[in-house]
Amino acid sequence: MTEQTSYFFWDLGQYLLNGIAQGSIYALVALGYTMVYGIIRLINFAHGEFYMVGAFVGLFLIQAHLPFLIALPLAMLGSGLLAVMVERLVYRPIRKAGKIQALITALGVSLLLQYLGQNLLGADPRPFPDALENKTYMFGELMISKIQIIIILTTVILMGALRYLVMHTKIGKAMRATSYNLEAAELMGIDTNKVISFTFFVGAALAGAAGVLVGMYYNTVEPMMGLIPGLKAFVAAVLGGIGVIPGAVLGGLVLGVAENLVIGFWVSTYRDAIAFAILIIILLIRPAGLLGRNTREKV
Amino acid sequence: MDLVSYFGPLLQNAGVFIILALGLNLINGIAGQFSLGHAGFWAVGAYVGASYGAFFAPAFLPDFVNLLISNVLGIIAASIAGVLVGVPCLRLRGDYLAIATLGFGEIIRIIINNLDVVGGPRGFTNIPHWSNLFWIYLWVVLCIIMLANLLRGTHGRAIISIREDEIAAAAMGINTTKYKTLAFVIGAGMAGLAGSLFAHAQQFIHPSSFSFMWSVIILLMIILGGMGSMTGAIVGAVFLTFLPEFLRLCGETVSEWRMVIYSLLLILLMLLRPQGIFGKHEFNLKRLWPSKGGAK
Repeated sequence: MTEQTSYFFWDLGQYLLNGIAQGSIYALVALGYTMVYGIIRLINFAHGEFYMVGAFVGLFLIQAHLPFLIALPLAMLGSGLLAVMVERLVYRPIRKAGKIQALITALGVSLLLQYLGQNLLGADPRPFPDALENKTYMFGELMISKIQIIIILTTVILMGALRYLVMHTKIGKAMRATSYNLEAAELMGIDTNKVISFTFFVGAALAGAAGVLVGMYYNTVEPMMGLIPGLKAFVAAVLGGIGVIPGAVLGGLVLGVAENLVIGFWVSTYRDAIAFAILIIILLIRPAGLLGRNTREKV
Repeated sequence: MDLVSYFGPLLQNAGVFIILALGLNLINGIAGQFSLGHAGFWAVGAYVGASYGAFFAPAFLPDFVNLLISNVLGIIAASIAGVLVGVPCLRLRGDYLAIATLGFGEIIRIIINNLDVVGGPRGFTNIPHWSNLFWIYLWVVLCIIMLANLLRGTHGRAIISIREDEIAAAAMGINTTKYKTLAFVIGAGMAGLAGSLFAHAQQFIHPSSFSFMWSVIILLMIILGGMGSMTGAIVGAVFLTFLPEFLRLCGETVSEWRMVIYSLLLILLMLLRPQGIFGKHEFNLKRLWPSKGGAK
């Protein structure tokens, strides 16, 4: 192997690694999208804002010198409770009105949280304090930071917990039943309102965790930080097949890797366009997503 | 302060937004599709019109001829963009279509941000000042007449039938793809027209003036007025153009909370009166003073 090709492979490995770290974050946010969509067929535009709120709660807690392992669950709790509140006050009354009305309402909630954040917390980005000292490890030419390891580890742990929750607990069974058929689940005595609230809570808690991790990764949080990652996580959810939980993880990782390859080998200014280009291509070629099943519309 | 210099620019903006809202109303309200990328077409029209004005316009032509050429170029460019976006995306329905158009709107903005010829992130300066109240409102009137005629004819009925029930419309022999695309392209073309008028009125445009937020504000205009109603679109556009000024009169703090107020307005409208002010109805003198045996 010539020196040039070996450098190419080291670079490729580095971009893949960065892509997986970035993709884990997209995956965490995408999980919430996909769970909420799976259960009430609503694209929850405000999901990116739950992630932002999680990041801010994490910021305040870490500024108050709480250790990372306590700040992370509390931040998850914070954004989860916000999501339950939003669901109770806004989404539940609008649920019966129709898809487009619900979508517009979700858009409104998203804008409301963004601009409330901007007015209450200030529009300027805030530095995120170092919760842990950052170290960089080298494997040959491959560079991996401690934060990247933490991101990947946390994501794996949370996804394992989610898997357990959905597949092996009673509430998980209720969630699957509600997502399969809401009315039938209701007839079987499942309190679907409670299940939907719980789904919002879990989804937003995962997004909140992603917010804290991203704050540590990029060292900055701001009220508008949820918009673009929120949209990208949605793309990830659609890419994997919206409503399918493993699909969200796959979609997030694919998107993160694709983005980092584009940044590495091409230009970084088109970075945000990649996600949307992927979205449009997948919608045209395979609208059900990579792991989704095709459904036909019936009259 | 003298009234003309205060209200002039506001009225100009109101005219531009009326055209934008009418175009989006055709797509979202009348054809029943759901586009969230209207600002993208607006940007295409604005940048094409501005490029003509700044680089290509022959100086010997009178200003209004140049303005009309710029408008037509804006319409053509945005319509072409509309075909490129509409033909693949209109196969999608409802919320998927919304996200796909949102994606296209963002891609258009990112591309403009990366085009150095038109200033990229610095914005586009030195656009000749050609449009004024007269030309903007002439176009507003032309758009209203065009749309009113369209809706009363065969094509308009076909477009409305798609909103009411797409499957039934297809079963009645209506080429739904064709009419959805037609509505989408006309809406996009109107946004292009608005863009070109806007560029020549403002003389300075910037990629961030065409961000996703503006697509939402235009959407809010037609929701406020009532989706599917042209009168509603006009009222919504005028109201939301003047509201920020009114809020500014209420004081600095109120004006800072403008976007919070908008989003609350959007949520409350959806919860309390999802059909907007006018519903699907048009303003109609006969309805106000019903004569004996007249329209109900």
